[in-house]
Order: sequence, then C-alpha cells, then structure tokens
Amino acid sequence: MTKLALSDKILMEVEKPARYIGNELNSVIKNKDEVDIRFAMAFPDVYEIGMSHLGIQILYDMFNKREDTWCERVYSPWPDLHKIMKEENIPLFGLESQEPVKDFDFLGITLQYEMCYINILQLLDLSQIPMMAEDRTEEHPIVIGGGPCTYNPEPIADFFDIFYIGEGEITYDPLLELYKKMKKDGKSRKEFLHEASKIPGMYVPSLYDIFYNEDGTLKEMRPKYEDVPKTVKKQIVMDMSTSVYPEKPVVPFIKVTQDRVVLEIQRGCIRGCRFCQAGMIYRPNREKKVERLKQLATEMIKNTGHEEISLSSLSSSDYSELGELIEFLIENFHKKGVNISLPSLRIDAFSLDIMSKVQDIKKSSLTFAPEAGSQRLRDVINKGLTREVILDGAHKAFIGGWNKVKLYFMLGLPTETEEDMKAIPELANEIAALYYDTVPKQERNGKCQITISTSFFVPKPFTPFQWAPMYQPGEYLRRAKIVNDTVKAQLNHKSIRYNWHQADVTLLEGVLARGDRKLSKALLYIYEHGGFFDAWSEFFNYELWLEAFEKCGIDIEFYALRQRPEDELFPWDFIDCGVTKEFMLREWHTALSETVTPNCRMRCSGCGARKYLGGVCFENKN
Amino acid sequence: MRIRIKFRKYGPMKFIGHLDMMRYFQKAMRRADIDICYSEGYSPHQIMSFAAPLGVGITSDGEYLDIEVHSSMSTKEALQRINDTMVYGVEVTEYVELEQNAKKAMTMVASAEYDVFYKEGYESPKTVDEWASIIEDNFWKKEEFIITKKTKKSEREVDLKPLVEKFSVLEKDGRPCFNLQVSTGSVNNIKPELVLESVFKTVDVEFAKEAFQIHRVEVFAYDNSENLVPLGAFGKEIQ
Repeated sequence: MTKLALSDKILMEVEKPARYIGNELNSVIKNKDEVDIRFAMAFPDVYEIGMSHLGIQILYDMFNKREDTWCERVYSPWPDLHKIMKEENIPLFGLESQEPVKDFDFLGITLQYEMCYINILQLLDLSQIPMMAEDRTEEHPIVIGGGPCTYNPEPIADFFDIFYIGEGEITYDPLLELYKKMKKDGKSRKEFLHEASKIPGMYVPSLYDIFYNEDGTLKEMRPKYEDVPKTVKKQIVMDMSTSVYPEKPVVPFIKVTQDRVVLEIQRGCIRGCRFCQAGMIYRPNREKKVERLKQLATEMIKNTGHEEISLSSLSSSDYSELGELIEFLIENFHKKGVNISLPSLRIDAFSLDIMSKVQDIKKSSLTFAPEAGSQRLRDVINKGLTREVILDGAHKAFIGGWNKVKLYFMLGLPTETEEDMKAIPELANEIAALYYDTVPKQERNGKCQITISTSFFVPKPFTPFQWAPMYQPGEYLRRAKIVNDTVKAQLNHKSIRYNWHQADVTLLEGVLARGDRKLSKALLYIYEHGGFFDAWSEFFNYELWLEAFEKCGIDIEFYALRQRPEDELFPWDFIDCGVTKEFMLREWHTALSETVTPNCRMRCSGCGARKYLGGVCFENKN
Repeated sequence: MRIRIKFRKYGPMKFIGHLDMMRYFQKAMRRADIDICYSEGYSPHQIMSFAAPLGVGITSDGEYLDIEVHSSMSTKEALQRINDTMVYGVEVTEYVELEQNAKKAMTMVASAEYDVFYKEGYESPKTVDEWASIIEDNFWKKEEFIITKKTKKSEREVDLKPLVEKFSVLEKDGRPCFNLQVSTGSVNNIKPELVLESVFKTVDVEFAKEAFQIHRVEVFAYDNSENLVPLGAFGKEIQ
C-alpha cells in the first residue's frame, strides 16, 4: 500500500479528498527502482477538470507503455489545500506514488487555455521548483509544456525549459531516449536542453535571443547557437488508426466533467472557420478507421464500466463513416444501458433520426452554432451555416418533438456592425415563430425554449484573424446590451433567454493569446500577489491583472486593441504549423471581402498542410 | 432475482464518500459483467441500493448493497469476477441470493458494530483498564444516560442506554480500542462517536475526533425471531 502524502487530518479537512489520493481504477503503479524516467504529467486546474482531458489520458497511457518510464498525474490543489501545503511546507506530489514532483525527471504541463497560466506558477511553487527556468539546477526536473497554447508559448516562455510543439504521440520517444543517454553519460541540464532543441518539435526558449523594435513589436528571434533551429516544426500523427490510444483510461472516483468514455473519431477539421485556431493547427483533417473505433469503444467500455460514451472531434458530422459507427454503438451499447452522447453534430434529417434513438427528446436540446447573426458576417468568418439550413433543421426538429434550442454566437468579430448584433435575436425570434407555426397548439409540450449564448471573440495566433483588433470590456458589454435590448423588444421574447460571457476575462485572454515574453513578469506579479484559478469566476481578480500590467509596463492597447499591420513579425512566427502565413493573410483579405472559402473536401485552398502527405488532402487519391 | 453483496472498505478508499461508492459499484457491475436489471426510460439506471451510508474517513468490514439481476453466476464466480475489477481498498466478501420477499437492506438495518481506536501518533490520556471502569461505572451502571442530540433542525434529549447494544474497551497495538454496537437506520440512528464523546465528557476528557479511526465491523437486522443477525444472513450462496 502506498503511503498517502497528506495526513488523515488534512484529508478530512479539505473539500473532496478524493482529488489527492490517487488509487483510481486503471491508474498505473510501478516500482520506482525499476524505471529510468519518472514523468509527472500535470494539468494546471482542479482534478475534475484535468481528469476530463483526453490528451493527458493518451500520453499517460503512452508513457506507461514504456518499461523504463513511470508517468504519474498531477492537478492543481484547490485553494483550501494550497493554503495548508504552503503553511506546512508540503511539496506537491504525483498521485500514483504520492512522492514529491521535485524528485521526478520531467514535469510536463498541458496548456489548454490562457486563463490557467497563473496556475502553472502555483504548480511550480508548490512543487518547490524555481518558477523561472533560468534558476533551475541539475537537481530539478525538466519542465516541459505542451497543448494548444504552445502555438504561442512566449508569454510563459520564461517558466519552461522546453515546449513540445504539436501532437504528443510523435516525438516523446526520441526526447526520452536522449534524456536517458545524456543522464547516464553525466551530461548537464544545459547540454541536454541544447541537444533536445535539435529534435523536431522541441522549442527551448532559453536558446533564443529576442530583439524588439522601438514600437515594442518583435524584430527578430535569433538562436543563440548555429545548430539550434530558427523554425520549430509542429509534430503530428499521420496514421490515426494505428496511433496509441488508451484502452484502459483511468476511472475517477468523484464525478468529473467528462465522466464517460471519450472516443476521438478524427483530428482536425475540414471547415476552415476563420476564427478557429483548432481548425488551423490540427490541419490536415485525419480520420480514424471505423473498425479501429469499434474495437476501441468495446475495450474502453469493458475496461472502465462507464455508463456513457461520447464521440470527440471538432465536427462529428464530417466523419465519413459516422452512420456505421453510430449504428454499431446503438446496437452494442445503447441496449445495455450505456448512453451515447453526440456533440458537435450538424442538425439535419440524419442527425435528428439518430438523436431520436439515443436521447430523450423532451429533455434534450438542439444546438446550433451559427457564431454570427447575419449572413454577411457568417461569410466573413467562413461559417458555412446559412439561415435556410438553420430554419430547416429547426423545422424538422420541431416536427420530431423537440422544443429546446441552444444558439451560440460571438460578439466583437471583425467588421461587426449594429445590424449584425441585432440579427442574433432576430434569428432566435424567427426560430421561435417557426415553432408556433409548425406545431399545432394541442401538440405543444409547453413553450419553445430558445437560449442564446454569446461569447466575445478572441483573435488567436495561426488564424486568419490574428491581425484583428479587440475591444475594451465596456464596448463588449455595450454590444451585449444591444442584443439583450433587441431580445426584449421582440414578439417571442418570452421564449428566448440570453446569456453572455464575462468581458474582462475575454480581454485578458486576448492579451495572453497574442502576447510576448514581456508578459511573464506580470504573470509572476499576479501569482506573488495572491492570484490564481482565474478560470474560476470566484477567484478571478481583474483589478489585480490591471495592477500587474501597470507595474510591469504592459499596455493592453498594444497587445490586444490595435489592428496589427500585415507585415508585422509575430512572436509565434517561429513555429511552422503547416498552414502558411501567406494563406492566413489571403484568408484575412477574403474575409474582409465577405467571401466564403470552400471546405477541404470541396476544393483545396492551398493552406500548406498538404506537405504532411496525408489526411483529407489525399483522400480518394490513392 | 435479488442479490445481497457484502464488501470491505479500507485504506485510501475511506476518503471516498457514499455517493461516489455507489457510482463506483455501478461501473464495477458493468465491468464484472453482472447481469444487472436496469430501470426503464431514456437514461436507465441499475437497480441497486445500499444498506447504511458510511461517513467519509470511516473504514468497514461490513458494507452491504442489494442488486436485482436477470440471472446470476455462482457465488464463487461472481466474487472472483467482481474482485478482479476492484481497486485497492475495496473487497467483496459475500454474494448471496435473497428470498423473493426479503426486505431491502436499507429498510431493515437496525444496528451496527464499530471499533473506534486511536490513530498512530495519538496517545490515550487513560489506560485500557481505566477506560473499562469508566464505561462500566458511568454508562452501564446508570439507570439512564441522557444526552442532547443536535440535528440541523432541532435539539432533543435522548436516552442512549436502550440504543447501545454493546460498549466495551479492549487493547489494540498497546492502545485502547472501543467496541460499540449502536442503533442504526431510519428510526434511531446513533453514531459511535456520539456515545464516546458523551462518556468522555463524564471524566472531562475531550473527544478529539481527528485522533480516532472509526471502523465499522458489521451491520445487523432483526430476523424472524427478533434476534440481531448480520445482513448477509438473509440470503443463500449460489452454487
């Protein structure tokens, strides 16, 4: 039996002690004396969020398949435990061995959203590892970052020894082999990092000098040594069907956000929405073979006992063997009490038919993500969905018995006018009217319920909108008010609810998303002044962020509010993500001319991802 | 047919709460391929109920749950299959078929036995013998033992004497270990720490909760002859 890192007294004192005891089904215990490499894989948020993340489950499984490596999980201690650990000087530990992370070889941190950046510092601090990479010595673990936010790692570059750019399944083996060899040969941390930087996809921030122009923009990122690459190339899986996938995922005791089997059916997206970073950085679209998915689903249900299976992808309707897969899932699992959840489906006759089989129509709702209210603005963002398609889908659904509709939009998109904002409630009103026209009074199951949610648009690196400006929180709220006022003035306002996202968090996300190395000082300031868990509204402290920006000379205008010139060198331009800057600039122009670009299956638009020699770029072209 | 399962909960699993244990067993039933019955409807759930919830921090050798199945393997095979898919800290020890008209475990629970002992690192202010005479003189020899029971809603006076079946002290690892059997269930639910706290008070010793490990030994119900027997005694092994 493993001795727990925390005493009974502490565990009885904190909320949800199950977050800290490990021991979950399918978690991996090894003999630490029989492995060469101890890897701590961390998600910088609370257990319930981190345990729901597919990427860690994949890498955990992959690392532990190596005999020489023991990978353990680490999540952010909740503020109640944080306080106790600081007071009693208890070092952060891996859940499996319950031993201090500071004694491991690697601390990997996955970076899924910007608002967890301060929690990186919490993880390092509680682990008793120096927060600044330059202060670490031979006795500290190598701190490595991965995940979508590494497509602009610069704001947090000072805290990491290495960033892994791309999909984790590919290049960890050479990195671990190199580490093992150099450790055995008695080489130093510095020597290892220098060698590691030559492995494709590895970015070692300390090996680059950064030069800025007088106006604060980036002038040059220059490798310190000739053998350190100027450009870091993203790593991606080209054969999704043979690549590693966890057949025995860890099953948590407490209810987590994603308490189900997650079956990733494809990676990437053919759609090319211009605001969507995932749609660009995961190019080209790559599908998993349906036979492999059937086998994985069967194994994962058997090995976890989960009561639900969910398909995961950016756009499930585009998966070419969806019909066959769902038929298999219904036949083999639905009849045995396993729920089937189908997110990101386009609403049409086919999907409505499936959903009527696996969901309770009275309780479930339909989801549309038009993202913009007017057709003009939907053309700007390249969201193919038209008003006719939405109304037709809603019409069919109302006939099928549904009466709940969720609509997702963004406010603050490039070129947005007041007309575009008002078009959001107008569309909702039209859907409501359609319900009352379609369903006769005696057949109605109450009023129809339409929920509009708007988030505020954040321009992200490696998207055609990376040049676009943002707005001050007040301006976002003004736009939300226009939508709200229009909702209230409409005929069917009693059937429509409207929620909008927090505006100040959005602006900070924008600063971090397109920030540079100068930001790290502000992040340190925030952590040192008590900030963390910013993704949780009860802990988010906007004033502290503004104070930190002021003290550290960070200008929000410069990072988020200005429209960036087309010839500006961006802090993330050293990364080669396949999709070229030329393509994104072309798309930026096409967007401003309100023109749609066809999806990858209709026509290749020459984004650059074809160079990976696979996926949708080569479909039906054997 | 209806099945009663007995299990042990120990080690780190004592930090897993009652609702999460229910979820844990639902998943375990599916992994072990138990032919369990589901309710009707779009989100069917397993027909499963637990006897008496166990508080977080308490270990147990006597936890029970009832399930309904379409068909069953033998007791031996079922125990093997379920235990093959358990985590460290949960072990299934009985799997018996209930009679058709047997009451649910939850409704029949009448009393539960506990061991309460000092955790490592905590010392008892009195010896085992001292405690033994305190229990004898200040509890058993009293006509009645009235305490004030506080709930969220109210305060009421309760006589503990008729609600305590057994109360003694023995030695475990050189320290006192209290053994109690107390009324449990929907009618009179007495926690062992309440009894101890009240008796400690009679000799002005503070009952420091964090110093003690509470361990449930067994859960009982009345049989047809009004005798208290373990819940597992209401079923038969399947051959």
